[in-house]
Amino acid sequence: MSGMPGKKAKRIEERGLKGIRDTGLDEARLRAFLAHAWHTPKGLYGWLATVDHKLIGKRYVVTAFLFLILAGLSALAMRFQLAAPEAGRISPDFYNQLFTMHGTTMMFLFAVPVMEAFTVYLVPLMIGTRNVAFPRLNAFSYWIYVSGGTMIWIAFAFNTGADAGWFSYVPLAGPDYGIGKRPDFWAQMVTYTEVSALAVAVEIIATVFKLRAPGMTLDRIPLYVWSVLVTAFVILFAMPAVMVSSTMLILDRLVGTKFFDPAAGGDALLWQHLFWFFGHPEVYIIFIPATGFVSAILPTFVRRPVFGYLGIVLSLIAIGFLSFGLWVHHMFATGLPQLGESFFTASSMMIAIPSGIQIFCWIATIWGGRPIFATPLVFVLGFIFTFVIGGMTGVMVASVPLDLQVHDTYFVVAHFHYVLVGGAVFPLLGAVYYWFPKVTGRMLSERLGHWNFWFVFLGFNLTFFPMHILGLQGMPRRIYTYPLESGWGSANLFISLSSLVLFAGFALLFLNMLLSLRNGRPAGDNPWGASTLEWATTSPPPSYNFPHLPVVTHREPLWARPDTLPVIEGLRVDAREVLGGTVADAVPQLRLPSADNSIWPLLSAIAVGGTFFASIYTPWAVVWGAIPISIGFICWFWPKGEPEDEE
Amino acid sequence: MSNTFLTACGDRQSALHAHGANAQKIFDLIWTFSAVAATVWLLVVLVLATALLRGNLAKASRSPLQIDADQERRLTRAVGSATALTVVVLIALTIGSFFAGKSIASLSGSETVTVRVTGHQWWWEIRYPKTDSSQAILTANEIHVPVGESVKVKLDSLDVIHSFWVPSLAGKRDLIPGRPSELTLTADKPGIYRGQCAEFCGYQHAHMAIIVVAESREAFDAWRSRQDANAVTPASDEERRGQAAFLGTGCALCHAIRGTPATGTVGPDLTHVAGRRSLAADALVMTPGALAAWIADPQSVKPGAKMPRIALSADDLNAVVTYLGSLE
Repeated sequence: MSGMPGKKAKRIEERGLKGIRDTGLDEARLRAFLAHAWHTPKGLYGWLATVDHKLIGKRYVVTAFLFLILAGLSALAMRFQLAAPEAGRISPDFYNQLFTMHGTTMMFLFAVPVMEAFTVYLVPLMIGTRNVAFPRLNAFSYWIYVSGGTMIWIAFAFNTGADAGWFSYVPLAGPDYGIGKRPDFWAQMVTYTEVSALAVAVEIIATVFKLRAPGMTLDRIPLYVWSVLVTAFVILFAMPAVMVSSTMLILDRLVGTKFFDPAAGGDALLWQHLFWFFGHPEVYIIFIPATGFVSAILPTFVRRPVFGYLGIVLSLIAIGFLSFGLWVHHMFATGLPQLGESFFTASSMMIAIPSGIQIFCWIATIWGGRPIFATPLVFVLGFIFTFVIGGMTGVMVASVPLDLQVHDTYFVVAHFHYVLVGGAVFPLLGAVYYWFPKVTGRMLSERLGHWNFWFVFLGFNLTFFPMHILGLQGMPRRIYTYPLESGWGSANLFISLSSLVLFAGFALLFLNMLLSLRNGRPAGDNPWGASTLEWATTSPPPSYNFPHLPVVTHREPLWARPDTLPVIEGLRVDAREVLGGTVADAVPQLRLPSADNSIWPLLSAIAVGGTFFASIYTPWAVVWGAIPISIGFICWFWPKGEPEDEE
Repeated sequence: MSNTFLTACGDRQSALHAHGANAQKIFDLIWTFSAVAATVWLLVVLVLATALLRGNLAKASRSPLQIDADQERRLTRAVGSATALTVVVLIALTIGSFFAGKSIASLSGSETVTVRVTGHQWWWEIRYPKTDSSQAILTANEIHVPVGESVKVKLDSLDVIHSFWVPSLAGKRDLIPGRPSELTLTADKPGIYRGQCAEFCGYQHAHMAIIVVAESREAFDAWRSRQDANAVTPASDEERRGQAAFLGTGCALCHAIRGTPATGTVGPDLTHVAGRRSLAADALVMTPGALAAWIADPQSVKPGAKMPRIALSADDLNAVVTYLGSLE
């Protein structure tokens, strides 16, 4: 319980009602009890203390989109500079900060968090429970994310923006060549921000394994939930690599260790191995949930279940595993024995197999269905169209000799934007259109949606396709200018102009969201006639998600039983409770208390964030910071109330 | 600003214009992969379009469709065959890539010329080791090679990671501190090829270009023996004044001019600086005007460059330019 004055008295009053179950309660009383138990206080305190996964998820999405705007604006600034050869519009120093901030923000502050944001919002609804497994950890992860991201941008505003690339290679980012505090900020804030990714991963794994609705056996889990489950495992194994390496970097810079100094027995290449061991799976941390969006959207708009459920699940797991076996393809130019190169070529190419299987299954789904061209489906089609190009150029860069020409050129810039924008942002925009009615209760405009699609689709392809050719024509990445005689000028001007179209496309998205939030058509519970559980509750869902927890008897529960979804009874309604089940078959095992609102996740995040921030200036921060961090965690976990006296 | 493209028709820094065996093998691979990629993409898009049209021709229905067992079997077969085909194509590409790599590796071992290239922020130090007939020589940002002969390029870096890349001649190779590496390149025909550092190396990464001058064996040998000679002694008063200014104002702390007391090793060796085609890693064309502009204010030409601005009187500056201009 929260520490609001007056709360305690109220609780004692309520003790007479303790242990009330939902069995046999009439609908109005049931909803009133649940609304009280799960409610988030009004006002600032409630906003800061809430542990409702839907409020946190929405906040996450909005924050991620704000970072997308910042990253997009930095990209536009770069295109402004590159529009003409030998232009002096932006100084090299500022340009280097711009592309570093663009990459850092897109990868660490937009792409991964936005996927987590959707996960946090959707998973409990899709598996039929009332909250994630660790609600306070969830709140904590958001505060970490937003404060870490903000600190990175504040540093940039004070001319302390990272400028060694989002990959921060040593020795350039190391103690001898890194400028001022720039790499320190980058290293500490990346480590700090990634704490939030790990927290979400842990909570998603626990939520999906333990809190699924009764009857939701492994082969009835929605494909989107499968995809975020696999992603959570990838995060669990990949993120520590970057956290370790950025911590080694800060130690080299501040404490004088020599992890990356060859003159003292360190190795500059160690950084690259650690960074890419994280950095390649990172792409799949973004891409795998996006495939989940596709598997969720597609069946709804072709009116049939996804073809090849098992094949897609196995492909997801295979992609998760394989994503760890190919980091070296970022490092072919560093030189390896040929046998090693062949191994990483083969493993890099192999990942095209499960990716291909998914694509084939989706096309087969369309083949067997009757498509309705609503905006979410249109974005999914745009995804297949563009992502296959990114996949094929991915096969190209997996080849060592070929990569030695295109590595670190605009060809690679084109390739990974096709993978990340084509492969992840297109499905993401489809997902925005698809779930916006559920989250807000209102439909987005279909008309604006189609305009939105065409601007983004054309803007994207016109911006990035020519980069393949520029790269082959010898234009390296990360250069703030290029000579007039290079012949790259007209293509670059074309690209810069096209990027404005792409930008306009995103402006249409935001316009559509703002307009529809006010004036959108009311959505109803299930506007698309979809099959998964999140559509079984109202739009937007109540704080407790479901008045009665649903029971799942089929892979497409709402299509199998459109009118009467079976429910399970017996949960308490006077306190927060969720139902825990077995991992494989989701057989109900026990009722679990679910954490109440608390201010301590926020205060703990402030303590941790302050410690990380201060550690940029003195290693002693780690020692002194331990005190507020301990206080925060002790208060957070301090047992409150009495143990349950009945049963 | 930079001149080398002008003299070289604009195709001298392009993986699509291969002028050497190494780059040619990769070029063939690029085409093979591109053709396969385009074919696969086209097939996918065609099947997708067909699926959309055929489904859409039937009356769209709001209620979910019943699964048809026969159709499921057909779809399973189709997805299975597409997967099998993918596997075959990928295996073929992997094997093709392996053999291309092997044949590029086989280019090494027959080199007749060795060049050591050291990356610096933001210029290239070029060293030709001692041979039977010539002493070791040091130059910067410009590599001379004989046409048709294999050249071994030995790479290392003393500061940050750079990447040596002359796309018309070969694929790139990183220069990593503490990890010497090498690559082999051949130029098929005479010409001037441009390359650029491909690994982000800081402030002036954009201005870290390198020029490869491919010339006949005779021209190369003549160049090599010119480089063997110490710097010419100043012939005029102006040149003598320039030399004195050069030696007296700190230039010599960073730069060496063989045959003079200047032995600095921080910046490029200037013994034959006027014989080079460009200045400051191809940021400027080598002309007296450019030389004067560069010496007068390096930071305005290449902000962040390690060369400081040295206060010289106008007369001293002109004299230094004249002196350096005489060092052919």
